[in-house]
Amino acid sequence: MRGLIGEDILTEEGEFIINMGPQHPSTHGVLHLKIWLDGETVKRIQPNLGYIHRSIEKMSESLSYRNFIFATSRMDYLAAHVNNEACALTVEKGLQLEVPQRAKVIRTILSELTRLQSHQLWWGCTGLDLGGVTPFFYAFREREAIMEIFEETCGARLTQNYMVPGGIMYDVHPNFQKRVKDVMIQIKGKFEEYDNIMTGNVILENRLKGVGYLSKEDALSYGVTGPTARASGLSCDLRKSNPYSAYDQVQFDEILDTGGDCYARYMVRMREMRQSVSIIEQLIDNIPEGDFQAKTKNVIKLPKGEFYQRVETPRGELGVFIVSDGAASPYRIKYRSPGFSNLSALPIMAKGGKIGDLVAIMATIDLVIPDIDR
Amino acid sequence: MFLKEYFGTIYKSVKSLLIGMKVTGYYFTHLKEIQTEEYPDNRATLKMFDRFKGEVVMPHDENNEHRCTGCQACEIACPNGTIKIITKQEILADGKKKKRIDTFVYRLDLCTMCNLCVVACPSDAIVMAQNFEHSVYDKKQLKKILNNPDSKLMAGVE
Repeated sequence: MRGLIGEDILTEEGEFIINMGPQHPSTHGVLHLKIWLDGETVKRIQPNLGYIHRSIEKMSESLSYRNFIFATSRMDYLAAHVNNEACALTVEKGLQLEVPQRAKVIRTILSELTRLQSHQLWWGCTGLDLGGVTPFFYAFREREAIMEIFEETCGARLTQNYMVPGGIMYDVHPNFQKRVKDVMIQIKGKFEEYDNIMTGNVILENRLKGVGYLSKEDALSYGVTGPTARASGLSCDLRKSNPYSAYDQVQFDEILDTGGDCYARYMVRMREMRQSVSIIEQLIDNIPEGDFQAKTKNVIKLPKGEFYQRVETPRGELGVFIVSDGAASPYRIKYRSPGFSNLSALPIMAKGGKIGDLVAIMATIDLVIPDIDR
Repeated sequence: MFLKEYFGTIYKSVKSLLIGMKVTGYYFTHLKEIQTEEYPDNRATLKMFDRFKGEVVMPHDENNEHRCTGCQACEIACPNGTIKIITKQEILADGKKKKRIDTFVYRLDLCTMCNLCVVACPSDAIVMAQNFEHSVYDKKQLKKILNNPDSKLMAGVE
């Protein structure tokens, strides 16, 4: 009996090695976990990456500062707007360019819509992973309405490429405001339905409560960010601490929970959705008139130096680091993606738990594999 | 005390399941609220949004004239090398030599619909079309020539 990579599948200590993935329905993509099991108890986990590596960082080195942004839509495909915004903000930082107020507000609205639809998809997939198919369809119903906003204004549903250095690519569609308001009313009415169908459910509570505990200290030392860290009580919302775009003009709460288990992570995301709706409602009536894009030169050249900008994606902190040598394309680009750091904390969360709980933990970290492995 | 807790848990559990089933039951009896788009069957009525990015096309007017001057701004703007413009020298009526496009090659198989070429075009020669059914039997068919045969540059476009 030989394992896939030439090791015995039974170790000397009597532990059983299995490979979960790369094709596994609950890993949401090509994540490969090598798991050491004692009976049904997880002893050790080793994530293996590389199955969906497209070398986006290396590719960007040969593209101009306008062109490299499109590839980031394919990193975290559920948060393309936020990824594009992060790149655009970094280039603007290098150019010391002031973005028109209108573009800032529209960027913020679209980012929050992205967060809403991403959390809705996560909510549906969590239900699916835990054995309930119904939530998936309920989540997609409201998500589809947001997707239509994106489709009408940006022309695409997932890979929008709408944020460009200097602002947004073209002005919003005339129907934008009306459609967003309608969708917000629709979604607000459905939160109660979400809670009825999943949050209070006894099966869900039994599967999530006390499972996959992550302490505040571990969250900090592993660099965990986003709702996963906030559920452990770690305050890390960049929208609050380092506001970018129009986040300094809106009132919202940073959602914190002290539970640290899967249920806390679930509740943090559910409450964050309501905050996103509140942010959008504050901004949608106050989109200032004016230019939607600042004037930029035909060929953008960043001055020599290093530029870093971080934003809060639905999954955590995305950092874009550009090293420029003064040429028309970046010398080096590094993305600090939220999924990679969050995945690194998975082994300590799942250690000592059952293999069935591992699926629940993976669901509540909200992994997007192309984001982990760029 | 133990019994009270035991039955209390059962009561709460059954109640939470019933609340969930109530939502399902509501939609089971309200068929009009179900939203399903039956895609291949609704082809006749399906209309994409005006801005939907399906593929790059070059509009021609009734005289078979386009607006592309062959400046290659789109070729430079494209991140993937999707567009290749082959130009030729044309002798105009007044004897001057001018650069005109010979073929505008567009490779749909490389295109990511990022819209950068359309934004970069100074003379609005290319636009995004709403067609999204791109599957073909041979991948050679995905390499398209956008300018019509014998098409001319529209008068007044420089």
